[in-house]
Amino acid sequence: MTIKGKAYIAGIYEHPTRHAPDKSTAQLHAEVAKGAIEDAGISKDDVDGYFCAGDAPGGAWPMVDYLGLNTKKLRHVDSTETGGCSYIIHLGHAAEAIAAGKCSIALITLAGKPRSGVMPPRAAGAELDFESAYGATTHNAYGMCAMRHMHDYGTTSEQLAWIKVAASHHAQYNPHAMLRDVVTVEDVLNSPMISDPLHRMDCCVVSDGGGALIVTTPEIAKSLKKPLVKLIGHGEAMKGPRGGKDLDLTYSAGIWSGPRAFEEAGITPKDIKYASIYDSFTITVLMQLEDLGFCKKGEGGKFVADGNLISGVGKLPFNTDGGGLCSNHPVNRGGMTKIIEAVRQLRGEAHPKVQVKNCDLAIAHGTGGLLGVRHAASTAILERV
Amino acid sequence: MSDARKYPAPVTNPETAAFWDAARQGKFMIKRCTACGEAHYFPRSICPFCYSDKTVWEEASGEGTIYTYSLMRKSPTGPYAIGYVTLKEGPSVQTNFVDCDLEKLKIGQEVKVVFKPTDGAPLPFFTPA
Repeated sequence: MTIKGKAYIAGIYEHPTRHAPDKSTAQLHAEVAKGAIEDAGISKDDVDGYFCAGDAPGGAWPMVDYLGLNTKKLRHVDSTETGGCSYIIHLGHAAEAIAAGKCSIALITLAGKPRSGVMPPRAAGAELDFESAYGATTHNAYGMCAMRHMHDYGTTSEQLAWIKVAASHHAQYNPHAMLRDVVTVEDVLNSPMISDPLHRMDCCVVSDGGGALIVTTPEIAKSLKKPLVKLIGHGEAMKGPRGGKDLDLTYSAGIWSGPRAFEEAGITPKDIKYASIYDSFTITVLMQLEDLGFCKKGEGGKFVADGNLISGVGKLPFNTDGGGLCSNHPVNRGGMTKIIEAVRQLRGEAHPKVQVKNCDLAIAHGTGGLLGVRHAASTAILERV
Repeated sequence: MSDARKYPAPVTNPETAAFWDAARQGKFMIKRCTACGEAHYFPRSICPFCYSDKTVWEEASGEGTIYTYSLMRKSPTGPYAIGYVTLKEGPSVQTNFVDCDLEKLKIGQEVKVVFKPTDGAPLPFFTPA
């Protein structure tokens, strides 16, 4: 059994806002749903599968009602919550549901406003009493990974800075990006230390906004007007300290989700023309590139240096919208925008200055939760038909 | 700085109450599985490695080395250093480093447990040995 080629991404929409104090979170969900439905050229009454995560106010059933989805037709829902990679997991689950005949047109939405409001705290697990007092945040949890990666492999702050530099080169062409100035390695190193060894410019933006996808059958996708993009491989995985045995924070669950996706797709990292890699922090990108097999473990620093991730310059163009580091990180969750920019690249709809030539194979990969504590990862491999 | 922080009292539950009772006596406990021999942290009744229910409490030495850390420069209560300590008994535990110059922490540094009061049971932290 495989989902290879069983589902197509027929609609995409990224909300242009980065600051929405005058809108409700549910409203943003509706706006991105409308955007993706119109991009696909379908009617909202055609939607028979709905996917959302922890950012959807009240969860799936209040959202289905609020969005006015056709409940006579809607026959599949999934509210898997894995933080920022939820939407990459949803994409795979939508393909599974479509392959099994459980739905034919799936809508996936993400939206929220951490920039103009307060985010609700993450629900605690069984570890509550043994961890909550220690103040793990995204910054220091990823800082701990970076610190150990530097210790074990000699990775440097200069190498990490190249990831931000590459993102900024792309963001200058994105009119919606929060940070459009091209920055240098020195700029990153001179920005204030936030949580050692991560500087402010090693961190992504905080933005309001959202995005949505329409996933459908090959037959329906071919009846619509958009260029055809199909899912050919998908993987998901989780990792945590697991009782504290053999703790190793230098790799992520991507070492499991990545190979699963590549095996299903029947391709290797060398075949990938464009990579959307979750960039909550620079270290997130470096570790995931290693884990996905774009370079050997420990060689991520060398791989990302000297502009290797810049479109038209390096060997692996990444996050050509400017990514979370420069453009958008809606609801502190970067998975949705990773899929959207990968689809733009495959459709040939990326900005001409960053569009990868003959882009026929792309990867969208993300993590959710805290890389230095416990997290999920998901990998999607997409092909232009 | 970290001494000025007020730490939340553990909620505790039936599975972990013995840990907090021991903490009140200054003892740092881990769980060990008598079926597979592995120690783990935080404590569970079912061994996360072999799923045996034959887990027993064991007083740990409270000694270990810093696996990694990160110094959070900004917070409402001032800078603090989070990290993991790999205990002599094997498991690695999440903690904060206290009662020391946070700028001088190093991976591999030897540390020992120290308890800090809360409104309930005291919480384990680590400080240079």
